[in-house]
Amino acid sequence: MKNILELHDVSMVYGSVTALRNITLSIRQGEWTAIMGSSGSGKTTLMNVVGCMNKPTHGTVILDGEKISRLNAKELTAIRRDRIGLIFQEFHLISYLTAVENVMLAQYYHSMADEEEALQALERVGLGHRAGHLPRQLSGGEQQRLCIARALINHPKLILADEPTGNLDESNQAAVLEIFHKLHDAGSTIIVVTHSPEVAEHAERIVQLEFGRMVRDGAPARPMVA
Amino acid sequence: MFLCMIGRAVTRRKRKFLMTAGTVALGISLATAMLNVMLDVGDKVNQALRTYGANITVEPRGAALLGDLYGIGEGEGVADKFLLEAELPRIKTIFWAFNIVDFTPYLDVQAEAEGIGKVTLLGTWFARRLDIPTGESVDAGIINLKSWWDVQGPWLKDDDADGVMVGGLTADRYNIRIGDRIRVEVEDRTGEKRGTELTVRSLFHSGDKEDGVLLAPLAVVQRLSGLEGRVRRIEVSALTTPENDLARRAAQNPNSLSRHEWEIWYCTAYASAIAFQIEEVLTESRAKPVLQVAASEGAVLQKTSLLMLLLTVLSLACSALAVAGLVTAGVMERSTEIGLLKALGAGDWEIVLLILTETLASALVGGAVGYVAGLGLAQVIGQSVFGAAVSAKGLVIPLVALLVLAVAAGGSLPACRMLLRLRPAEVLHGR
Repeated sequence: MKNILELHDVSMVYGSVTALRNITLSIRQGEWTAIMGSSGSGKTTLMNVVGCMNKPTHGTVILDGEKISRLNAKELTAIRRDRIGLIFQEFHLISYLTAVENVMLAQYYHSMADEEEALQALERVGLGHRAGHLPRQLSGGEQQRLCIARALINHPKLILADEPTGNLDESNQAAVLEIFHKLHDAGSTIIVVTHSPEVAEHAERIVQLEFGRMVRDGAPARPMVA
Repeated sequence: MFLCMIGRAVTRRKRKFLMTAGTVALGISLATAMLNVMLDVGDKVNQALRTYGANITVEPRGAALLGDLYGIGEGEGVADKFLLEAELPRIKTIFWAFNIVDFTPYLDVQAEAEGIGKVTLLGTWFARRLDIPTGESVDAGIINLKSWWDVQGPWLKDDDADGVMVGGLTADRYNIRIGDRIRVEVEDRTGEKRGTELTVRSLFHSGDKEDGVLLAPLAVVQRLSGLEGRVRRIEVSALTTPENDLARRAAQNPNSLSRHEWEIWYCTAYASAIAFQIEEVLTESRAKPVLQVAASEGAVLQKTSLLMLLLTVLSLACSALAVAGLVTAGVMERSTEIGLLKALGAGDWEIVLLILTETLASALVGGAVGYVAGLGLAQVIGQSVFGAAVSAKGLVIPLVALLVLAVAAGGSLPACRMLLRLRPAEVLHGR
């Protein structure tokens, strides 16, 4: 499998704070990687760099063969739109749009809104019957599944999930992880940022960060849960 | 999808939408009212000023020339020149006929009055109904032209052959009262004296030189002086456009204008243009604008219009500032949503377009409401200040549309600058 993402000696400095220190990392296509660490370890900063929402202060980031670390804001927006699917801990859904419209929004900025396809995406995450509901009418788990449907609608090369189960109860967490397993089985590349060892153990690879440094990179200690 | 987002944002965020619309409506209503009043204020102020007298005087050409050159006025032996009373209705046939509010002729003669001595007997129309060549009828005379005169007793009627009004100064000096009879004698052009006995119907105070005269119907003075059908002077009250450089040059010498300038001047209601047109219809006449009156009207109009314009600009500026505050607050409130749109791949211009369209939609609604309210406000201002309705000017509609666009765009500018600087990582992850 070729590398979909490569980080070479990436550092990120905010004023006097160094959030990432000389990170070198490669992610293979189809790999499910968990990035772990405590608060302030640099997980979210790494996600912002990989997700083209921030440029590193130093180092090189190559996504799908394209060096993205020196692109301008407009070019980064295009990369984000075409190749990355973002999933957030706090869902970040548009409150006045229905579930299907929230999915169609991602299509609209990518190419063209297609309600039929958006409905199919909702069906895949088990929300077909909730298509016409507003986010506030959905449970936390449903909102996260809606967020996943929105991230998948444009068939991204890389799915980036920031604490996707952070706001969910056990059953909803299981439902979300099940969707990730299906995506992984279908060949999607997934990076999940989490502080939860339980969630990380579902990945096939765990990268541990501490104070901006990569301190561990390997398979989970326990056997993967199917 | 774009329209869907706009529609949803409007319907699901009604309060914000209505607040912006209401703010624009306030500003636009004031602007509409001020613009309508400003465009109509010329006529209104003119009408108001017209109640204070004439702004054009017409004299026989020769008499006017002597007056201009040597300062020789009426009653000093130069006045063998007269205008023809029969031509007066022609004044209402000129290009600017509808701007002629009123006019009246005068014929003054020196009379010998019993108990007074030498006194000026002034003949004029009081309220003469005229049939003009166009087939219409109009009223003309001194009653409307000198509406501010303080008259004790009734105004004379034009067919009152033995009535007279006495000016306040003469009445006080000679202790003349209403009902007194005064015998007057006038020497006609052949030297023959003609006399008649007139009854004092009323006394008047004009605050001007007329306070020393005896005022009688024009026909009476003409009969006594043997000058039937003649008048010495005409005063015309006309609605005019404030004088400018073109009008002043034309007043000095219309021949100095180019053809294009001449057409503009002739087809604009400058006092000088109206005077010129009056000269065209009255034989051997010289019509002159009363410059002090024209200048005062111009100054009053200019200052009133400037005041209205300032109020319009201020109201719009306030409206734009308020809209800017609301839209900026809206963008701050929706920063996560905007950050998300950027994260999903929306370009800066797409988000600016979204915010501008939302603001414009509310501004258009506010603008429409404000325009209607402004028309009502203009009527309130018209009735309370000028005692007359203010007509809705068509020109105001495109102006208001442009102002709505300007307020919406201007009000959205700070918000747009803010959202262009907004970075998705900061609002979505706090980094």
